[in-house]
Amino acid sequence: MSNASLEVAPQNLQPQPGAPDNWRRFFSFSTDHKVIGIQYIVTAFIFFLFGGLLAMVMRGELITPDADLVDRTVYNGLFTMHGTIMLFMWTFPMLNGLANYLVPLMIGARDMAFPRLNAAAFWLVPVFGVILTLSFFIPGGPSQSGWWAYPPVSLQNPTGNLINGQSLWLLAVALSGVSSIMGAVNIVTTIFRMRAPGMGWFKMPAFCWTVLSAQLIQLVGLPALTAGAVMLLLDLTVGTSFFEPSRGGDPILYQHFFWFYSHPAVYVIILPIFGIFSEIFPVYARKPLFGYRVVAVSSLIITGLSLIVWVHHMFASGTPGWMRMLFMITTMAISVPTGIKVFAWVATVWGGKLRLTSAMLFGLGGLSTFLFAGITGIMLASAPFDIHVNNTYFVVGHFHYVINGAVVLGFYAAIYHWFPKMTGRMLYEGLGKLHFFLTFVGINLIFLPMHPLGLLGMPRRVASYDPEFAFWNVIASLGGFLLGVSTLPFILNVLSSWTQGEKAGDNPWRAIGLEWLVSSPPPHENFDEIPVVVSPPYGYGSDEPLIENNAKELASEYS
Amino acid sequence: MQRRTIAGLAALALADLGLSLWMGQQAYRWMPPQASAESVLVDNLFSFMTTLGSFIFFGVMGTLLYAIAFQQAAKYDASDGPPIEGNVKLEVVWTAIPILLVIWIGTVSYQTYDHMSILGTITPKAMGTAVESSTASGSSPINVYARQWAWEFHYPDQNIRSTELHLPVNQRAQLLLLSEDVLHGFFVPAFRVKQDVVPGREIAFEFTPIREGRYRLRDSEYSGTYFAANQTNVVVESADDYQQWLSAVAAIPATPAQNVAYDEFNSDRNSTGLAWETVKPAPAPMVNYASSEDDSHE
Repeated sequence: MSNASLEVAPQNLQPQPGAPDNWRRFFSFSTDHKVIGIQYIVTAFIFFLFGGLLAMVMRGELITPDADLVDRTVYNGLFTMHGTIMLFMWTFPMLNGLANYLVPLMIGARDMAFPRLNAAAFWLVPVFGVILTLSFFIPGGPSQSGWWAYPPVSLQNPTGNLINGQSLWLLAVALSGVSSIMGAVNIVTTIFRMRAPGMGWFKMPAFCWTVLSAQLIQLVGLPALTAGAVMLLLDLTVGTSFFEPSRGGDPILYQHFFWFYSHPAVYVIILPIFGIFSEIFPVYARKPLFGYRVVAVSSLIITGLSLIVWVHHMFASGTPGWMRMLFMITTMAISVPTGIKVFAWVATVWGGKLRLTSAMLFGLGGLSTFLFAGITGIMLASAPFDIHVNNTYFVVGHFHYVINGAVVLGFYAAIYHWFPKMTGRMLYEGLGKLHFFLTFVGINLIFLPMHPLGLLGMPRRVASYDPEFAFWNVIASLGGFLLGVSTLPFILNVLSSWTQGEKAGDNPWRAIGLEWLVSSPPPHENFDEIPVVVSPPYGYGSDEPLIENNAKELASEYS
Repeated sequence: MQRRTIAGLAALALADLGLSLWMGQQAYRWMPPQASAESVLVDNLFSFMTTLGSFIFFGVMGTLLYAIAFQQAAKYDASDGPPIEGNVKLEVVWTAIPILLVIWIGTVSYQTYDHMSILGTITPKAMGTAVESSTASGSSPINVYARQWAWEFHYPDQNIRSTELHLPVNQRAQLLLLSEDVLHGFFVPAFRVKQDVVPGREIAFEFTPIREGRYRLRDSEYSGTYFAANQTNVVVESADDYQQWLSAVAAIPATPAQNVAYDEFNSDRNSTGLAWETVKPAPAPMVNYASSEDDSHE
């Protein structure tokens, strides 16, 4: 961490990034958005592997009906920490990393609006990551109340200690909220204030639209979750009674605080992935993004709707009938802007000149799992049906098709696409394709069986289950182990390519976008001269120059 | 468009429709037995949504797979595709269709929910208002006590307690859901009904069993260490058998029931290695009639 100071002249008070060729900058308080982006992504991926390992132990437990592999308390701790790590330590930091790396490059900025705030937001991630990890080693173990931490279970604290798994969990979640709010302020400001000259809203890449829409949700929703977490922490530690019914509190109120943020959070997660799809399909289909303006604006519509759907998580919580019907309608309405995007991607791919690179395979795979998850999502929005499958494996299957399907596949697509830009090296396509097929098969093998299990009535979060559920659980567990193995070719690919991969030029995919006009990896502060944007993005097939002084180069490149 | 193209598209749409209708029929087979009036309604709704969902899924996936199969660029073809940026007519159509579909699904869901309500289902005692409830025969609702980690059913008219819920077939079952500690969930998959049990609230709950048999009742809201073991059975029987059961059980003195959580807690917990502190399970309930975990269920 202190390595940065070696490169900063003592009298120079301005923040300075490390030299671009110095690997130690990744361990420093660098303020370069590209360094921070990679810091986020690598840190998050390490926690992704950790969370995945916890899931594989869970699948080991669930391969037999009895609770025989680990103690029930351990299983409960495993699924709590699996969910928490995968959301707060993997998904959010990973997406922040991609946004950090790509947004300034895509909008023609030299860095984020607040570079030091950016670095501070990142360095909170390892802090609460360590807090969460440490909670495994304290008496009583980590939180065992699920990642929702619903009271009163989350307030029971069987050890009686002040420092317990649940209080550390709440501290970590509150810190995560602070970090994400800092990130959101920064990204929103950057997109509003730092776009290159000529880049009007409808000349901005779809990825930036989705990141903006997602970060706006963070600004509105996160304070509710952070406040709920602080109130729960007060109930747990100093005996207030916001949510504890035996002291006159209301446990359902907590659920409103929690889901008011945590449902929109799903859109914070999926919107940037939509953005990645919108970036990748045009490149590898060699066609403009179909209906770009509608796709861009539908992100903001999703943002608006996402804030008024949260009660669909509480259809069985004792909510009155009118509330169930109201939130059923708003939830279904969100499928309209989402459907527009799906159809637009299909139309983008249709009739193009497809190149099935690893990035494109992951993109198409992510689109197909998202389509499936979207359809089960509309089913779940229907209150009478939801009452049957609420809190069953049907829901677990549904959201893993979103999170491990669309989001993880979308993330891999982004890495295969932008890795040459980030490192200046190409990834091996053969390993990439192997990685894709293992991952795609693994995902369907583990998560598809969860749907019949849920329909048959297997509750989620169980360490043991009735023997009639064994068949589908065995298949799911085998799929889970395959999914674990599927990360190996990826890790091998990244490590070997980063050090000795084939050199990538500035624009190996012949993609259109400001980030592809600079060298790979991009120089310090990205652009010698800030480009002047003259065309909308995605001008595939039409030979339009993207920026003013680049007309000649583009013309020759596409001749 | 050429006539041949239109005919081809229509044939594909018909094939998609046929496949989707078949999926909609399969949907019934993915569900547990239909043991309540509500389950029939929910299954019809699920079948309807499966049909629509399948139509969209196969339609979109078919299009994508066709493109993947037949629209790849040749190995040395570096050219771009046609610069089509959009098509207003098409975009209006695919905005309008989801809106209509959503209205359709919403309407069917609402009708289903309404129908379930006509039958009296799911009237939680929300917002603290009291719900008057009495069965057609004038008996009091059965008290359902959920605790960490046992289910106990109290029949106030006969003053008997049981760990197995017995209900007469084809009569409205009326329950009062009560929790003594944390959130639990009353969930009988064969009935397709579920309701969280909230400490500090009395929640009235109704449904109509229509099929005799023994079904599983599961805790559906995570309730701590032995959550997974917090299950019991529901027996639906003829009115005569039900009355016989009530009077027979009334004569049995109360004894502690078998309880998985309590037994496991008091046996050697460390036999599997690492184990963390847990909330102590409530003692096994004292009941006139106890179910057995060995009983078979559907």
